[in-house]
Amino acid sequence: MGATIKWDEVEQGQELPAAEYQVQRVNLVMYAGASGDFNPIHWNERFAKSVGLPDVIAHGMYTMAQGGRYVTDWAGDPAAVVDYGVRFSSMVVVPDDDNGATISVSGIIEEKLPDKRVIVVLTARSGDSRVLSKARAVVQLA
Amino acid sequence: MALNRDFIGRAYSSPTPYEVSRLKIKEFAAAIGDANPIYRDSEAAKAAGHPDVVAPPTFPIVFALAGAGEGLNDPEFGLDWAMVVHGEQRFTYERPIYAGDQLLCTSTISEIRSVGRNEFVTVRGDVTTLDGEPVCTSFNVIVERGGAK
Repeated sequence: MGATIKWDEVEQGQELPAAEYQVQRVNLVMYAGASGDFNPIHWNERFAKSVGLPDVIAHGMYTMAQGGRYVTDWAGDPAAVVDYGVRFSSMVVVPDDDNGATISVSGIIEEKLPDKRVIVVLTARSGDSRVLSKARAVVQLA
Repeated sequence: MALNRDFIGRAYSSPTPYEVSRLKIKEFAAAIGDANPIYRDSEAAKAAGHPDVVAPPTFPIVFALAGAGEGLNDPEFGLDWAMVVHGEQRFTYERPIYAGDQLLCTSTISEIRSVGRNEFVTVRGDVTTLDGEPVCTSFNVIVERGGAK
């Protein structure tokens, strides 16, 4: 069990390969069902606009999950993530069209910790907005 | 309406254990678009050294707020869900969550603060096994827009 990335082979300041994730309305409907968060701001445009939002927005947790996926794909094992936290700094607005929105994620190894752990700091953007801030994962490497 | 500060420190326990199932993990992985076989195939998970399929890092959101709902939905608390957005979230793990786990969560409204016109509520969720073994902790900050006016 464990990560496929070796602690000895990474360096502080190392950038991880960037990735892009598409999000469409159907993804939010699936996420609502899987998570149990049926807040209509995530699937009902009429309701979202009535409470002052520009359009339907993604669940913050959906965006956080994309950041998590980014880290677990890099590390090679989902169980390698021992601490993961984010601040939701901006909304991911998901229009009802064929493209939806794009979440672009990049990461950097901010610090190498004892016990073969590293701190990965993530940047997640959608359009012109930084959608996660203070996004940080502690990852147990091999 | 400002939120009722009397709720700070109140703790709510899940009434029944949450049983982590392979199917729920698979459904959650599908919903986040993650094709990792360690979420979907117990043989792949075992080959990677796990006892069964592993839950994604953000999976505890499925159950970690269930207990707190009792407090957050209490009319005396004064929260207008239509104005709520998620502010911050963090999970810290003592060990991974696996299919087959039976988990209990105690949620505590640990902090309420006003920032500008918004109310920020922190809910801490302590997730354990039935024997009390710590598994993970969830820190959830929800923001009620305009709630502090």
